[in-house]
Amino acid sequence: MSWRLWLPLMVFFGFLGLAAYQLTQPRDEAIKSAMVGKELPYFTLPPASLERPGVDSRYFYDGKPKLLNIWASWCLPCIAEAPQLEQLKEQGAEIVGVAIRDKPTDVMRFLSQHGNPYTRIGRDDLSEVQLGIGSSGVPETFVIDGEGIITYQHIGDIRPEHVPVLLEELRKAGR
Amino acid sequence: MIAEIGLAALWLAAALAVLQLLGGVLALRGGTTSDIAALTRPAAILQGGLVAVSFGALLYVFAITDLSVKLVAMNSHTLKPLIFKLSGAWGNHEGSMLLWVTVMALAGALIAGIERRLPERTMQATLAAQGFVALGFYAFLLLSSNPFERLAQPAVEGLGLNPLLQDIGLALHPPTLYFGYVGLSVAFSFAVGALVTKQVTPAFARAMRPWILGAWVFLTLGITAGSYWAYYELGWGGYWFWDPVENASLMPWLAATALLHSASVLASRDALRVWTIMLGVVAFSMSMLGTFLVRSGILTSVHAFAVDPERGSFILFLLALYIGGALLLFALRAGAISEGERFSVASREGALVVNNVMLSAILAVVLLGTLYPLLTEAFDVRVSVGPPYFNPVGAVFTFPMLAVMAVGPLLRWRRDGFGRQTKELALIGALLLSGLILFALLFGMAILPLLGLSMAIALAVASFLPLKGRKLRRVPIETWGMVIAHFGIAVALFGMASESAFSTEKLAALEEGGTTQVGPWSVQLQAVEPVAGPNWTALSGRMTVAYDGGEPSEITPQSRNFWAPPQQTTESVLVTRWNGQLYAVMGGDSNDGRWQLRLWWKPFVTFIWYGGLLIALGGVLALVGRVRKDLKRRFVKRRGAERRTEMEELA
Repeated sequence: MSWRLWLPLMVFFGFLGLAAYQLTQPRDEAIKSAMVGKELPYFTLPPASLERPGVDSRYFYDGKPKLLNIWASWCLPCIAEAPQLEQLKEQGAEIVGVAIRDKPTDVMRFLSQHGNPYTRIGRDDLSEVQLGIGSSGVPETFVIDGEGIITYQHIGDIRPEHVPVLLEELRKAGR
Repeated sequence: MIAEIGLAALWLAAALAVLQLLGGVLALRGGTTSDIAALTRPAAILQGGLVAVSFGALLYVFAITDLSVKLVAMNSHTLKPLIFKLSGAWGNHEGSMLLWVTVMALAGALIAGIERRLPERTMQATLAAQGFVALGFYAFLLLSSNPFERLAQPAVEGLGLNPLLQDIGLALHPPTLYFGYVGLSVAFSFAVGALVTKQVTPAFARAMRPWILGAWVFLTLGITAGSYWAYYELGWGGYWFWDPVENASLMPWLAATALLHSASVLASRDALRVWTIMLGVVAFSMSMLGTFLVRSGILTSVHAFAVDPERGSFILFLLALYIGGALLLFALRAGAISEGERFSVASREGALVVNNVMLSAILAVVLLGTLYPLLTEAFDVRVSVGPPYFNPVGAVFTFPMLAVMAVGPLLRWRRDGFGRQTKELALIGALLLSGLILFALLFGMAILPLLGLSMAIALAVASFLPLKGRKLRRVPIETWGMVIAHFGIAVALFGMASESAFSTEKLAALEEGGTTQVGPWSVQLQAVEPVAGPNWTALSGRMTVAYDGGEPSEITPQSRNFWAPPQQTTESVLVTRWNGQLYAVMGGDSNDGRWQLRLWWKPFVTFIWYGGLLIALGGVLALVGRVRKDLKRRFVKRRGAERRTEMEELA
């Protein structure tokens, strides 16, 4: 038996080991917004529903930290995070919504089905605000301190374990 | 209901794969006459039917946009045109894996149904291997990627399909590659079967060859189409980016090309036995490795879809099981397979061996470049390997290979001298040399395009030389296949070299009414207008373009904004002439009333894909020729048998 016949298997094992090692390494796939730590861009959005007013960037300068939630009625994970938003509201967080490429009727149906934790909802039909603050998908949630500075970005739906994290970030932003 | 039928059919198919595996193994141990062994073939055939039913069910739920099925809700949308609803069925991880096992089960059914040339023991081993491979993929689907999973509450609307994927070319691109990958899995099963029974014979190579040819044709088409898609859809003006996912499709093609040639040697000369087996294993490894790299997200790529480390672990496990197992079997058994017929260096076999070695070297170059970031990341160094590595290092092996490719088909089998073909060799050499001198003096271009252009011309002529002195009507179809495929390589090479030598690029900011020049084209921006489509809005730039002061024509490249999910894409416009393409991309406004345009003039760039199509056509011709010969042989055999029984009856 020739040792050379074993060579392919040895090379293959080398690859397997490397690939298995790399697979077990934690990796951060989410792309953080370059806007974190910077000031909100200027924007004015019309209301997305009949029940709440629209959103103006000047609204984030009143000294009170807020959550800015990017969502849409057509987005499944947004349904999944609705209870957590409700919970955040109950714990005293003010949540401002931006509905991406949405129709008022759809927005109102969504809110009547899944609850309305928002104080204001702006209608972003061209994703201008979304792109402006460096969000690449829905849902995403930003913490804005009282001076219009973005201090934290949460990518994806808010799960129960993220609620305390967001509350803590809000508290930090308020200092 | 339909979704549940699909799922049930899939489970049943998995059970039959177990039966197929057991039947094959028992047949090997207890002889091919046992009862269970008789079940192997029917199990494979029935399995093909069941999986087809399952895939049909998936197509159905996508066609009616059944939003209670999670996969549909995540990947489809009621507003999408029907064709893209259907293609959405495989435009995602779960659906594409189901498509994969569907093609695989149908291929298994086909060999179980019609392949009778090999000794039954080898066939049983082959089918057992095929069942084993299929079983792993069933497990993967059923345990971790169930395409028929229901939502507790039906979604109101689907999440759409990536707008970049709403393109007919791309709807066909993944299935094409899967046909290729699966064809290689059949070749793999044959190789394992032959290794188990140690019967590596010309008959084995002949049984395997149509599958390699078919796989190779599909891979060629898949790569050609994928490259053209990237070229016009991404709007970057390039046709190949050495991206890990592109490499993942190129590596099986390189291995399949080598396998194809070495199987030819085995089929007609009974040489290169061990080498053919090895390549059979390598070719399928490369398909699985490609799947692993794409699905695990272990390498960063522009294609990243369905990235999930858990799925990655599953595929890695399957990879370890099949490829590790096959290589272990190879290490244990290959020593017992005798080397086969011998031949001298200056012979058709000799040229094919050189070609095989070169192809394997290119494969190693691409593999190393693709996996290198994986290696360095283990030491926390992030690198990205690109054209500066792949182009020159690949070329070191490509050009000698092309040179041998020009000469090889002129040589005889077994033993030949170069003396017999002096005129032809001189012609090829003269063409190459004069091309080098001419292009260097006229255009003063870089070394790789220079070599490429000259080699392409020499090769184009050389590929037809094997027909010299033969009656063209009597040349077998498969020989035409070889000639055309080799000519296709020359054509594609010419396109690549020309693209890199002669392309001109222009970035312009124009006001409405402004004019610019790119190469021989003059481009005038008439107006920028908003347009709306079914699920997007766009800025459309209306331009008139004229080639070399000729008749102007109008084009309208767009910059599109999709919603659900929000994404911006460019719809570039290509104006094709026989001698190249104008490529226009609409950019945004530059805040001073002007609009940004990107324009390229790429002479002969289309030859790249014409070449790809010619290569595939060559493969089809070879396949037709081989299958026809097989059928004829089968017919003659049956007639012979009938004659004999008649004679016996008469006696």
